[in-house]
Amino acid sequence: MKRSAMLVIGLLSVFLTVSLQAAEAPTVDEIIDRANLAAYYAGDDGRAEVMMTITDAQGRTRKRDFVILRHDVADGGQQKFYVYFKKPSDVRKMVFMVHKYIDQDDDRWLYLPALDLVKRIAASDKRTSFVGSHFLYEDVSGRSVKEDIHELVETTADYYVLKNTPKDPAGVEFSYYTAWVDKQNFMLVKAEYHDKDGRKYREVESLEIKNVQGFPTVVKARVLDLASGGETVSVFKNIKYNIGLKDQIFTERYLRRPPREVRK
Amino acid sequence: MRKRGLISTFIFIILVSTVFAVAVNASVLQDRLYDKYGVGLNGFIEGRQGWRLQDDPFEKNTSISEMRMQLDLSKDDDWGVIKLKGDLVGDQVEEKAYAELRELNLAFSPLDFMDAKIGRQTLTWGTGDLLFINDLFPKDWKSFFIGRDDEYLKAPSDAIKTSLFFDLFNIDIVYSPLFNASQYVDGTRLSYWNSMLGRTAGRDFILDDIERNSYFRDDEYAMRLSKNIGGIELGFYGYNGFWKTPEGLDAKESKLWYPELLAYGASARGALWGGIGNLEVGFYDSRDDRDGGDPLVRNSEIRTLAGFERELAHDFTGGFQYYLEWMQEYDTYKSTLPAGTAAKDEYRHVLTLRLTRLLMNQNLRLSLFTYYSPSDQDGYFRPKVHYKITDQWAIETGANIFFGKDYNTFFGQFQYNTNAYAGIRWSF
Repeated sequence: MKRSAMLVIGLLSVFLTVSLQAAEAPTVDEIIDRANLAAYYAGDDGRAEVMMTITDAQGRTRKRDFVILRHDVADGGQQKFYVYFKKPSDVRKMVFMVHKYIDQDDDRWLYLPALDLVKRIAASDKRTSFVGSHFLYEDVSGRSVKEDIHELVETTADYYVLKNTPKDPAGVEFSYYTAWVDKQNFMLVKAEYHDKDGRKYREVESLEIKNVQGFPTVVKARVLDLASGGETVSVFKNIKYNIGLKDQIFTERYLRRPPREVRK
Repeated sequence: MRKRGLISTFIFIILVSTVFAVAVNASVLQDRLYDKYGVGLNGFIEGRQGWRLQDDPFEKNTSISEMRMQLDLSKDDDWGVIKLKGDLVGDQVEEKAYAELRELNLAFSPLDFMDAKIGRQTLTWGTGDLLFINDLFPKDWKSFFIGRDDEYLKAPSDAIKTSLFFDLFNIDIVYSPLFNASQYVDGTRLSYWNSMLGRTAGRDFILDDIERNSYFRDDEYAMRLSKNIGGIELGFYGYNGFWKTPEGLDAKESKLWYPELLAYGASARGALWGGIGNLEVGFYDSRDDRDGGDPLVRNSEIRTLAGFERELAHDFTGGFQYYLEWMQEYDTYKSTLPAGTAAKDEYRHVLTLRLTRLLMNQNLRLSLFTYYSPSDQDGYFRPKVHYKITDQWAIETGANIFFGKDYNTFFGQFQYNTNAYAGIRWSF
């Protein structure tokens, strides 16, 4: 009786230790999934006004102001984006729309108001600059977690440090990138990209994270191009989650006639 | 004539003074209009200059020489959007100044599943890239061939557009109470093949047409049924109106006219092999010459195109299209053709290629669009370089190169017009 009680206590304590360890140290997959959800899937939908300042190596700046709408079809899965440009004047009222998928190429559209033209854009290359900035399409809509092999290389007091190596190295320009994920809220704080020679050439950093409606949210982000010397800073304003965006906003109808949610 | 001169001078004075006023006060004006009335003001001022690269016995050496200001005013509200967009142009080639209203419309949603746009507007649908089958909205070919901005290829329509959105499909209906014709090459600034004279002509023989100007009788309907199935966009089209360019000849009056046209077709567009593929087909029913027996009216046609576009590398896109015009009742056409007139082919094949390269943070765009017809043995190349110096300033230079074995084919007839141009634009 005494011995069996001892056994039970012993087993319990083993279980307890194991489960406590699990709570303290999630697996790599858990970190990646939670970071992906925190960065790209907050709420069921969202709206933000984005002010991008692109600075080239010579210090010349250009601005891009746009409103972005996002609608999640499934958390961690399919999403829809609607980007309505406000500045500069030559891209004003253009609309860029993406239907993002996990296991197939995204569908992308561009609407040119001067021609009333709905253009379908080829979307095989996601590592192309977004509107001429140092942000890539993948930085805006998220890189699929299935495309890299993830390793937890370090756990510091504040961060999980992950090394991410592409499964298809020929399809991307980096050999790996290191990501710092906040242990508290799973926000991606920094990512450093290394080229095929192992040199760090690109850095994406969340400069300011705020709590918006209970969701930790990046309100200022920067991409540094260490190879050529340019950078782009994005400032996000008037962020709102769960505003009840209708699925039909992300269709041709609203390319031709932008919804109230972006016109204001 | 004197009256027209006066109006031109008047518009020119307005143009110069407005350009000056806008250039100096643009941002102040923009802010005031927006804060006080909620009206957005945007636009640009540009200068464009171009020359023929060879002698043209029928036209001026200068192919384009103009200063243009576009003003775009819009008021956005919960009930809808009112938009006004117009250009003031000082044109040295045609030696005139004029105002051009490009848009004046009201867009609103009277019902949850319905959009409407009433007034002057630009309309586009269909899947072709600079090839149009079911898009029977007016084009401005003159602007296209002399190197104006791509925006000007689309001429505005005065129309009512109604769109209905259902779960099963969407439907768009466009009604124009008065026919909106395309701007075709008539000799004023581009030389062309004149079949009446049997030679190239230009300013020595400016084509005249019998205008369709009777409201509600010379009207047009265009309709589209569309649906997106799993990323494949399907469209079905119908059109009832007139050939957009005057495809009929009134031999007695030596004037062109616009025969009736009924058209219907279909299109599909979707992801294909890592790019975008598209297919389109249309039947042009030339109602004034259904049996093909009238050599002075264009025959019915079947038109079809297939295209594919994809990224070839970072910021480098390539596109390819095959296009076919198949004349119906060809035997009748050939047998009724007056002796000595060169017969058109039954099949006109056209291949197009588009290459676009973006450089320097996408501020420099190099592009080339080519048309080549193996059946007509002619073609048209459009190389262009566009550079955004700042967010406000942009420069562009390009060329319109026509060539052909003969002088009476579609592109071959324009070979004296081969030109190069450059422009600078300030946007606000």
